[in-house]
Amino acid sequence: MATYKPVVVQACPKLGERITQDTLYWRGYKTPVQIKEFGAINKIDFSPAPPYNYAVTASSRIHIYGRYSQEPIKTFSRFRDAAYCATYRDDGRLLAAGSEDGSVCLFDISGKAALRQFEGHTKPVHVVGFLSDKYRIFSGGDDYSSNLWDIPSATEIISYSEHTDYVRCGCASKVNADVFITGSYDHTVKLFDARTKSSVMTIEHGHPVESVLLFPSGGLLVSAGGRYVKVWDVLKGGQLLVSLKNHHKTVTCLCLNSSGQRLLSGSLDRHVKIYSTTSYKVVHSFNYATSILSLALSPEDETIVVGMTNGVLNVKHRKPEEKNENSQKKRQPAYRTYVKGRTYMPKQEDFCVSKPVKRVLRKYDKLLRSFQSSKALDAVLEPPIMLHTPEVTVAVMQELHRRGTLRSALAGRDEKQVNLLLTFVARRVIEPRFTPVLVTVADMITDIYQPVVGQSAIVDKQFLKLQEAIGKEIDYQEELLEVLGMMDTLFATFTKKKDTCLGENKSNGVTEIIETNRNY
Amino acid sequence: MVAPGALRVVRCGGSTLRGARAVYLLCASGDFVKVYSVNTEETLRLMGGHADMVTGIQLNPHNHMQLYSSSLDGTIKLWDFMDGIPIKTFTVGCKLLALYTLASAEDSVFVVIPKKGERDTFQLVKVKLTKGAGQDLEGKELSVVLDGVGASVKHIAFGREGAYVASVKDVNLQVYFFKRKLLNRFSLSTIKTKGGDNRFSCVVCHPTEDCIATGHADGKIRLWRNFHHKKDYTYSTLHWHHDIVMDLAFSMEGTRLLSGGVESVLVQWHNESSCQKDFLPRLGSPIESISLSSDGALCCTLHTDNRITIINSNLRFSRSIQGLIKSRDVKTGLVVDPRTKALVLNGEPGHLQFYSLQSDQQLFSLDIVQRQYIHEAGLKQSDLVKVAFSARGSWLATVEESEEVADPELQLKLWFYHEEAQSFVLNTRINTPHDNHITDMCFRDMDELGDDSLILVTTGRDCVFKVWVMVEDSDPEAQQSVSWSCDFVGSYHNYQATNCCFSEDGSLLAVSFEETVTVWDSLTWDLKCTFCHPPGNIRKICFGRLTCSKYLIGATDYGFLCCWNLLTCALEWSAHLNVVVLQPDPLSEHIAAVSWLSKESSLFVFKPNEPRPIYIQRNLCKEKILLAAFVPRDEPEMTNSEKYLWLRKSQLFFLTDTQELMTLSTKSLEERLTPSSKQLAVEESLPVTPFSVLLGKHRRQQAQEDTDLGKPLVLNKQEQASPAVKELLHTPAHVLPSASFLCTIFINSLLISKENKSAEEVADEVEMESEKAEDDSDEEDVTAMEQEDTTHMELLGEMTHKLSKSQEKELRKIRKMDYSWISAF
Repeated sequence: MATYKPVVVQACPKLGERITQDTLYWRGYKTPVQIKEFGAINKIDFSPAPPYNYAVTASSRIHIYGRYSQEPIKTFSRFRDAAYCATYRDDGRLLAAGSEDGSVCLFDISGKAALRQFEGHTKPVHVVGFLSDKYRIFSGGDDYSSNLWDIPSATEIISYSEHTDYVRCGCASKVNADVFITGSYDHTVKLFDARTKSSVMTIEHGHPVESVLLFPSGGLLVSAGGRYVKVWDVLKGGQLLVSLKNHHKTVTCLCLNSSGQRLLSGSLDRHVKIYSTTSYKVVHSFNYATSILSLALSPEDETIVVGMTNGVLNVKHRKPEEKNENSQKKRQPAYRTYVKGRTYMPKQEDFCVSKPVKRVLRKYDKLLRSFQSSKALDAVLEPPIMLHTPEVTVAVMQELHRRGTLRSALAGRDEKQVNLLLTFVARRVIEPRFTPVLVTVADMITDIYQPVVGQSAIVDKQFLKLQEAIGKEIDYQEELLEVLGMMDTLFATFTKKKDTCLGENKSNGVTEIIETNRNY
Repeated sequence: MVAPGALRVVRCGGSTLRGARAVYLLCASGDFVKVYSVNTEETLRLMGGHADMVTGIQLNPHNHMQLYSSSLDGTIKLWDFMDGIPIKTFTVGCKLLALYTLASAEDSVFVVIPKKGERDTFQLVKVKLTKGAGQDLEGKELSVVLDGVGASVKHIAFGREGAYVASVKDVNLQVYFFKRKLLNRFSLSTIKTKGGDNRFSCVVCHPTEDCIATGHADGKIRLWRNFHHKKDYTYSTLHWHHDIVMDLAFSMEGTRLLSGGVESVLVQWHNESSCQKDFLPRLGSPIESISLSSDGALCCTLHTDNRITIINSNLRFSRSIQGLIKSRDVKTGLVVDPRTKALVLNGEPGHLQFYSLQSDQQLFSLDIVQRQYIHEAGLKQSDLVKVAFSARGSWLATVEESEEVADPELQLKLWFYHEEAQSFVLNTRINTPHDNHITDMCFRDMDELGDDSLILVTTGRDCVFKVWVMVEDSDPEAQQSVSWSCDFVGSYHNYQATNCCFSEDGSLLAVSFEETVTVWDSLTWDLKCTFCHPPGNIRKICFGRLTCSKYLIGATDYGFLCCWNLLTCALEWSAHLNVVVLQPDPLSEHIAAVSWLSKESSLFVFKPNEPRPIYIQRNLCKEKILLAAFVPRDEPEMTNSEKYLWLRKSQLFFLTDTQELMTLSTKSLEERLTPSSKQLAVEESLPVTPFSVLLGKHRRQQAQEDTDLGKPLVLNKQEQASPAVKELLHTPAHVLPSASFLCTIFINSLLISKENKSAEEVADEVEMESEKAEDDSDEEDVTAMEQEDTTHMELLGEMTHKLSKSQEKELRKIRKMDYSWISAF
């Protein structure tokens, strides 16, 4: 025999991005802290040693920031002109930076003046880095050359002049102390071995290379230039693994997260995209106010620091892990009552009497079951339901309409309730999934409360709001139809043969896209 | 019934009920009286013999093993319903509309007959049942009791101990006192106040007090007292029902009054007060009549949708007996579930019923709409309109829409058969798949391919057809791995799409757009070609199968049946025929077409490759046939005749506009009622009592002990299976010789004879015994008029036929020595 069937609340699939583990992880940052620097920020580098300070290179200064400090805890400002690419050594005690005048400076992070100064480049040095043996520095300059320096003697070991344009990025291998790579505006990435006189490998990126990155294993190389991010297999002699084109402006910086599972790229199009390094699909993206020049992630992904062209440093800290212990503290029933009989296994000859399952009905369902339409509507007009689950409210309205009692349920309400009702309708009537029902509701409300229009300022205001909302929506729909018409003509010109079926198929696709866009 | 040639049309639905006993439920159903077991819900007996609808059944008040039944054919029959044997037939000679019996009135019954010479006037008459020797008797001694009564059974009730009779008609209540020969009339005002409608709908009398309860069309129940006086009568009103009270019933003591109506709620009123009442809500469909068992332990309600619900005395739902549910309108068509071979069609509102043709039972009812059904006049209900199964029955597509014309609230639902739950589980719901009503829907039937390649096509009045495909969800965290989404939308010159059909191999899709049939490639969705046979819209289309798969058949509104050749893209042949139903047989190349011409339906069966039909059946039935379906047989039927070859693999069922389900059968009625469907003997279906359990246990134990002890098996067998002893124990006492005569023989027979019988002899005896048993059951079957059962129709092949002939010889032999067992002593 049938029992009461609860009202079916129509669940709509969530449109837009799907919530995945990644989105949850990357959303777990606090609101960003903005710090204004003196010029465009060309490099951010985290110290590999705790407390994970980071060096920010902007204009002619290098600022060192603490983890949560908004003010620099140290500044290196002895540059005559712009400084570039301040990079920490592996132990976090030395800092190297290039400069506009072509010198490479080495600083002790506790001192102020430069420890060493390597002269040899004739043009600005945009990239410097330590090799993984800690005693050598590589650098690349606008004089097309890449040099290798010895720290103790402050002398040049070797100079490679193989690039045919500015060298703007580079990276040292973590596995081999002799290997480093540089990327240049001549569209190539070159791999150098300090033991040989010339480059070991040349990779053609196809666009001026803005940033290069080696995976910790040393086997994969990532290069960014133009709108492309390309991943190469070094061990296979520089074979292209995958080419990613997810930005619509030049990609300026690359970075790996601490686990090496995700690759981040920042671009002039103001976006940071996060890729999975297994599937090379974008799993998340951030957007920022202005074009991004530099990007860094602290160990354990605690902080994301992004430097912009307008000199703003954007720092995001991860939210502390939420502790669920408080909610667990609900008083449990006493051990004895809780466990009693739970573990008893019925024997073969036992006669089992099953307890009927108690059905829990929502309040509105109970009221609907006893045909109390007005009260059922009241129950779903309560703010928590109305604000957070409007689909429940609409489903009950629909059910009342189906029963033919919606009009009587809507009638006979006071100013406050009418206000509430109209607020809801005016706000939700433009949502496509609610429109059919709420238009009926709006019709009925207008019919019922027409005689009292003008008696209450609040209600009148809500009526006007409703009118405005509907007017706007109509205009919007008209515009959409115009766009659709235009696109249809465009598609019609594209498809020459088989016009009937293909054209229809395409146009249908377009409608669907527009439908999804409407669901803001 | 129509029986031209060897084919006959068989009715499978329809029922009305009256009368119940604690163990058996008797129910008048069409031309038959059915006996159900209350405990097992099974049909125990089917008593046929009336030539027209049975209008009333009443237990014989003097012998509760007997039953009176009246029928429109003008006869009253007295039955022994335990054995299903008609005892007597009384011929009255005019239509009998209702039947009443009275304990105080010896050898006479009351019937309602139409008054001679006047239309729509009925009178209650007393029929004297003459005592005579023969089976067929005349019941012509009529004496009029009341004039101008209602035609329905519910309009007349007999009062306490038969002292008076109450009859209602329109707004009048008449009470006639037998002793005083006094007739009191009471009228209610005819003016309808506040929507009230005072007309009477039913009447019952209190079993112990002078009180009459009447139900009214506006939902009121009035309790009349003191009606001995013309002026000083009183009545009180009970009001809960919002619409007509369909039936009332008093409990045995009269303390409780049960009422039911269209709300499908059974209301129990205590002590005739309106404040004390209990409800049993949501019984599924409007209650038509209520009946109580004589011991008051059970109550049963008969519903408008052809269902009996049995309810405990404490108003708890107990069980229901359900046949084919009558729904208001079978919009879904007749569909065959490939998994269970059950017929699938609209059931309860918003439900899909799976009706097993073999067992005449509802297998299950699937809730599609999943909404609370509220009965109220003028409400726009949403109901199921289209159903389609995939080839293997693992997917089910349903379309539901509300009755509203402007906004049909369309929903397309796709259900997946869940093996563990043994039921269909909702997979995808698509709101408003089309902007207007959906006209047709079909799956691509491809047995050999996996279910991944399933395609569903829907056609709508919004001038498009849509192709739906299964999409696999790439996200591993999603709850279900597949869902359905739209793949292609096609249209043709902005015409309304009316029908769709896939070819047998699934490569071609035919969609009819008003006057035109378009054929599409199902891989690329390119329009391949179009066919047209103006004037007139295309009503039905279907592809030929097997050897005829190159043909496409279409029927138009203007009465043409066309066959197009898909290879030459030309019309092969056409015939002038107003086809209402076009149904291809899924297992052969035959196609059945049912035409409707001037009040008769005709059946044509043809193969698409030849314009000459294989089989024609003119005047199939008077009603218009709306739907038809081929149901595959479990085993192919053996037919000698070339003519019925098309019925070999599947059976054709029709549904008429009066909601009667019919089938075509090559067998005569007697053959269809095969002995293979062994009747459950009445005594076997008795409930298990503690005593029988005890006894059974004891017996089993004994048997085990016997074998354990290693007694001679032959002896044991002889003892237990001795036909003589068994016969003795099973023969009714009144036909046996006197006990003193039998006693010694009986005891002697139980003694162990000195010389052991040879094994052969024993075997012989056992065989004889079994034959005898068969003989018995056979005789029983003949008399019991077996229930119509479609299951075993196909079992009746030639083989069983021959066998039965040889059996018959044997039986004749046995019949001769019927009493020879006595000589065995």
